[in-house]
Amino acid sequence: MLVLTLFSVLFVAVMFVGLYLKSAPVLEGKSVWTLLTASEWRPMKGEFGFFPFITGTLWATMVAILLALPVSLLTAIYLTEYAKPVVKKFVFPALDILAGLPSVIYGVWGVLVIVPWISQRVAPHFVEFSTGYTVMAAGIVLGVMVIPLLVSLFIEIFSSVPKELREASLSLGATRWQTTRRVVLRQTLPGIMASTVLAISRAMGETIAVLMVCGCVIGVPHGLLDACYPLPALIANNYGEMLSMPLYESALMFAALILFVVVLIFNLLSRMVLYRIEKKNA
Amino acid sequence: MIEIQNLNVYIKDNHILKNVNVTLPEKQITCIIGPSGCGKSTLLRTLNRLIDTTEEVRLEGRIMVDGQDSLGHDAEVTELRRKIGLVSQRPCPLPMSIFDNVAYGCRINKMFKKRRELIYHVRQNLRAVGLLDEIKGRIRTPAARLSIGQQQRLCLARSLAVQPAYILADEATSALDPISAKTVEDLFVKLKEEYSIIMVTHTLRQALRIADNVVFMYLGEIIESGPAEQVFHHPQHELTQKYLAGAFS
Repeated sequence: MLVLTLFSVLFVAVMFVGLYLKSAPVLEGKSVWTLLTASEWRPMKGEFGFFPFITGTLWATMVAILLALPVSLLTAIYLTEYAKPVVKKFVFPALDILAGLPSVIYGVWGVLVIVPWISQRVAPHFVEFSTGYTVMAAGIVLGVMVIPLLVSLFIEIFSSVPKELREASLSLGATRWQTTRRVVLRQTLPGIMASTVLAISRAMGETIAVLMVCGCVIGVPHGLLDACYPLPALIANNYGEMLSMPLYESALMFAALILFVVVLIFNLLSRMVLYRIEKKNA
Repeated sequence: MIEIQNLNVYIKDNHILKNVNVTLPEKQITCIIGPSGCGKSTLLRTLNRLIDTTEEVRLEGRIMVDGQDSLGHDAEVTELRRKIGLVSQRPCPLPMSIFDNVAYGCRINKMFKKRRELIYHVRQNLRAVGLLDEIKGRIRTPAARLSIGQQQRLCLARSLAVQPAYILADEATSALDPISAKTVEDLFVKLKEEYSIIMVTHTLRQALRIADNVVFMYLGEIIESGPAEQVFHHPQHELTQKYLAGAFS
């Protein structure tokens, strides 16, 4: 078992090294900083600037989490603290079904519902014309995708709070909402943070659904109604033709490496924050 | 004074408390005794309506707390719970500092406008349970770092801080070491001058030591109740006699 455990940890390292080696050719020509901050993307000329893709990824993920976090938190609070058993009986399986849906279905839903809604209802209030394939569409689809995951995780976390803790608060004259806000959320803060980071990682890595609604326009998005082109979409869209141009394969592998490192950094940061919180409360 | 009249409690299809009628006098220690599963804790949880958190519970009858029916539709449950403090079997400090644990109820109930008043009040209550000197300089540290005995006294201080009239104690000393248990027990004796204490206990000796009144329960019914002297030394009911003789527990 120890060997298997070590193997899974080693696997991450092997992936990192593999991606690094594959990215080496593109890194030889230009510095990492230049690649990360340049905005020009002309594979034919050998110009690879990843800034639009990085910002696209961050924008879409940020919108998704900003949408999903409050909805998921309140849903999980309702289901664990207020809902009657009969409600839970219907909602829990529904959440499982939502979590298990293939991402392409979310993508189709985004194309059929969200994109036209943004194009016809939202965008006209702010810009002259928008196709609807925007950061907002990507964010909404991603947000909806991570909601079942977040709700399931939050329910798990809230359910782990001992009943006695809630009763201690209630018996001092606190309402259920006060108990939830001041005791349950406080007690579960590390878990909430860890789950959110997991959801961020999931949103960052999501490919198909985002690819279908993000617009796939190379450029740094400046607002919710601009199109974007997140890193996973870049890799998936161009994977078929990467061998047709020199350095293209290497550039796409570097895109994967960036995604890998960004997700890793998020996880490490959350671990550090968790460690601090736990140390403070222990 | 708490007067329980024709109280029946059902959880799902189980009839847990059966036609309970008893008066719990003021500023005395009333010990509820009886074998495991006889409904002692349910009765206690019904008094401050914590029983409401149990699924599929049904309550019938009246519990008159200072003349108001706490089971009535217009009963203010949060105010009732503030008025009837609870110390549970296992100490359960809230996930915050020692100070914030005691201040929690005061803040919830908006008891003080000035921070200075709150600090004074928190310190007073920590002193009342003999904890202030023990935790000198550590008042802002997490409550979870206290020993179990200290945590239980902190929970008592937290209950006292919201200025209740009654204190419910559900086997409040059973999870403690003998020295801490004695400290908490002595505290209850001291506190009865100001509060009415209703205590569920499994330890007959403890009830003998501190009870002014005793309620003996068996299978959800009150078999006998009255002054401790009478119930312990001249029990009227055969079941009470058997229980006190140790025939069952």
